[in-house]
Amino acid sequence: MSLVVRDLVIDLDGRRVVDGVSFAVPDGARVGLIGESGSGKSLTALAVLGLLPQGAEASGSITWNGRELIGRPDRELARLRGDEIGIIFQEPRTALNPIRTVGRQIAESVRIHEGLGRRAAAARAVAEARRVFLPDPQRIVKRYPHELSGGQRQRVGIAIALACGPQLLIADEPTTALDVTIQAEILELLRGLVEESGMSLVFITHDLAVLSQIATDGVVLAQGRVVESAPVRDLLTQPRSTITQALLRDAKSTLWRTGGPS
Amino acid sequence: MIRYALTRLALLIVGLFVASALIFVTLRVLPGDVAQLVAGMNATPAQIQAIRDQLGLDLPLPAQYAAWIGGVVRADLGTSLLTGSSVAGEIAQKATVTVPLGILSLVIALAFSIPFGVLSAMRRRHADGTALNVTAQTLAAVPVVWAGMMLVVVFAVWLGWLPAQGFPRAGWQDPALALRALLLPALTIGIVEGAVLLRFVRSATLQAVGQDYVRTAAAKGLTRDQALVRHGLPNVGLSIITVLGLQVAGIIVGAVVIEQLFGLPGIGRMLVTDVANRDLPKVQSELLVLTGFVLIVGFVVDLVHRAIDPRLRQAEVHS
Amino acid sequence: MSRGRWLRRLWRSSTGRFGLIVVGVVAAVALVSVFWTPFSTRRTDVADRWALPGWPHLLGTDGTGRDILSLIMAGSKTAVLVAVGAGAIATVIGLALAALGALTARWIRESTAVLVDILIAFPVLLIAMMISAVWGGSLWVVIWSVGIGFGVNIARVTRPELRRVLHSDFVLAGRASGLTPAQNLWRHLLPNVAPVFIVQLSWGMAIAVLAEAGLSYLGFGAPVTEPSWGVLLAELQRQITVHPIAVVWLGLAITLTVLGLNLLGDSLRDATDPTLSRGRDPMAPPREAIRHVPGVRA
Repeated sequence: MSLVVRDLVIDLDGRRVVDGVSFAVPDGARVGLIGESGSGKSLTALAVLGLLPQGAEASGSITWNGRELIGRPDRELARLRGDEIGIIFQEPRTALNPIRTVGRQIAESVRIHEGLGRRAAAARAVAEARRVFLPDPQRIVKRYPHELSGGQRQRVGIAIALACGPQLLIADEPTTALDVTIQAEILELLRGLVEESGMSLVFITHDLAVLSQIATDGVVLAQGRVVESAPVRDLLTQPRSTITQALLRDAKSTLWRTGGPS
Repeated sequence: MIRYALTRLALLIVGLFVASALIFVTLRVLPGDVAQLVAGMNATPAQIQAIRDQLGLDLPLPAQYAAWIGGVVRADLGTSLLTGSSVAGEIAQKATVTVPLGILSLVIALAFSIPFGVLSAMRRRHADGTALNVTAQTLAAVPVVWAGMMLVVVFAVWLGWLPAQGFPRAGWQDPALALRALLLPALTIGIVEGAVLLRFVRSATLQAVGQDYVRTAAAKGLTRDQALVRHGLPNVGLSIITVLGLQVAGIIVGAVVIEQLFGLPGIGRMLVTDVANRDLPKVQSELLVLTGFVLIVGFVVDLVHRAIDPRLRQAEVHS
Repeated sequence: MSRGRWLRRLWRSSTGRFGLIVVGVVAAVALVSVFWTPFSTRRTDVADRWALPGWPHLLGTDGTGRDILSLIMAGSKTAVLVAVGAGAIATVIGLALAALGALTARWIRESTAVLVDILIAFPVLLIAMMISAVWGGSLWVVIWSVGIGFGVNIARVTRPELRRVLHSDFVLAGRASGLTPAQNLWRHLLPNVAPVFIVQLSWGMAIAVLAEAGLSYLGFGAPVTEPSWGVLLAELQRQITVHPIAVVWLGLAITLTVLGLNLLGDSLRDATDPTLSRGRDPMAPPREAIRHVPGVRA
């Protein structure tokens, strides 16, 4: 159960936005992709799942459990998505279909991969809602996304991603769009779920402080290239690249402003 | 929901009254003498007075208005100045041509615009998508009368498959014959209105393509196309409902002109003739019926939309 | 943004370029035809009737030998007149209603909003019929009907913009820094409202041309003596069975003009509000489409 990215190149509308990125996520590892916005980290994650926006082209190599993913037809990648690799997105406000109940959206994952009937899937949705500590799961699955708070929507997103028990979870800035207090809760939740299941994690963020609470190794990206790759401890104590140092400064000032991590 | 429906109903009724008042005021507040205009230049004073009496022109305006509205509520839409026949009766009879024409046009417009609109959005980076878009843009700019003429030239004059004019005098007794007469007119209106609608479907689909929740759906395990169809398109459908009301108004207007071109004995053609004849009682009621229809369709569409879209349902709980 | 930059931006998009060129050509042709057309529109040449395109009649002749090209050119005058006239009226009515709906006391605002919503239901064609029944058909009927019908639409679209800007921080800051209300309005309202407005105007003029074609065809628009495009449609229709090519050219001319105006409006909208199609918040309930005005396709 490993993900290996080698010399990944992504062109978006003719512009090169990811320029030879390589990193590996061995079984059970928790790797952080960290960089400023525009450094190409989100696109790298999307490329793994074949979810790049229209106009983007990826080349290089992404292997999952030994199988090459780049160039695979969408049909085959779809089978991986949700089942072997799950993903959580940054913006809970727009990530959910506004005209379907959250329960149906969670249930859809299991219906696709496990072929459950509607009633069994609905029961499973309640179970998954409980797993991510959504309040009053029986009732909440009947609600629509706009009736939930931002933190609750993100929990739904996590439930959707984990419903089929994937081996790898990609989290694309899952806390960035949330309030500071909710950020801590969601991080807690993620950490707990990842540890409990032993799945691998790729955590994308621009905030070293957040990274330090959930990832063991960090890959620092800037302008589409890897500038430093080391255990998180080393990044925090002995940052070698100027980019990492700048990120560290930002993180420290955030910690100072918000009174430290929870 | 019930409360919203009732409020909306009240607004509809107010709207109908305001519309009727506007129509009445515009038609009755004339420079010059209505009776004189209608009677013509060579009329004798006695004839003019007779018309005044018939129109009730010597009564105060509010009384005239009340008389008309009172009649409307009782389904009595007045009588024609020229023929003396019942307006309501004539409208009902002509409706047997116009209503099927309208329905057929709407069906054609939807059947044409939805699949091609979605297609032109999904294939927008390819040649066929662009071609579709250009075609739709062009068709939307075509005057509907001319479109009808072109179809007549091709299908009636050159190919001889369909009639260029007219509607069977026996009406719907032979449904196949009646449908044949309505086909070209409905195609004309359907294609032109459809082109306008297609551009809207296209832009709604384009919005859906870029939406994050479509991406989330694909992340669950659907293929990207499946995600677009299952999650994006229902949202597109919802936004189409909001413009359906406008489409109906467009079809009504198209019918007025097209009935003239194809010589169909429908409400539109009757309206044109009556306006030309200055048959005011008829024109008054006909305009009210048509405008009222647009308002009612708008009302129904609004309620349906409210019932289907969960975001709107919630709004009323919180407000 | 300075006007020069706007034009250049428009020119860069293919739709904008097409729109500008078409509108420019039509305006030029209309102007030229005031002074000169290849043949007089009244000149009939019965010997040469139903001529196919060629020389000297570049687009052929109709059933009485009139030159088609000259007829179309002359008709462009009316189209331009109607478009500009209706546009002017729509501007005045639209801005007035929008102002009433945004800048006045609450009860006036509410009742204006209700009034506008009701007026929207009156298709332009029916307004025209109503006026024609009273005053007889004329070009003014066309201009006023489109002006009223589209003016109401402009009001509906501009009013939320006005209100948004009125309550925005810029305006509050302006008031705080001592600007008079008039200066405030001028400096902040206009640049924000103008883009939406210009886009609507473009589309409105396209609608005006179509409305003229339909209404004159029905007999409620330009008088028969004026070779407007709508009148020509009615006249050339009679010759469809023998000489359809004449009406083909006419239709193409009208379509091209309307298309040019439509695309101009589209590219103006893209140039001034590119976020319209992309960053839409799916949580917000859907807005209605604003381009299609009820009851104008005639």
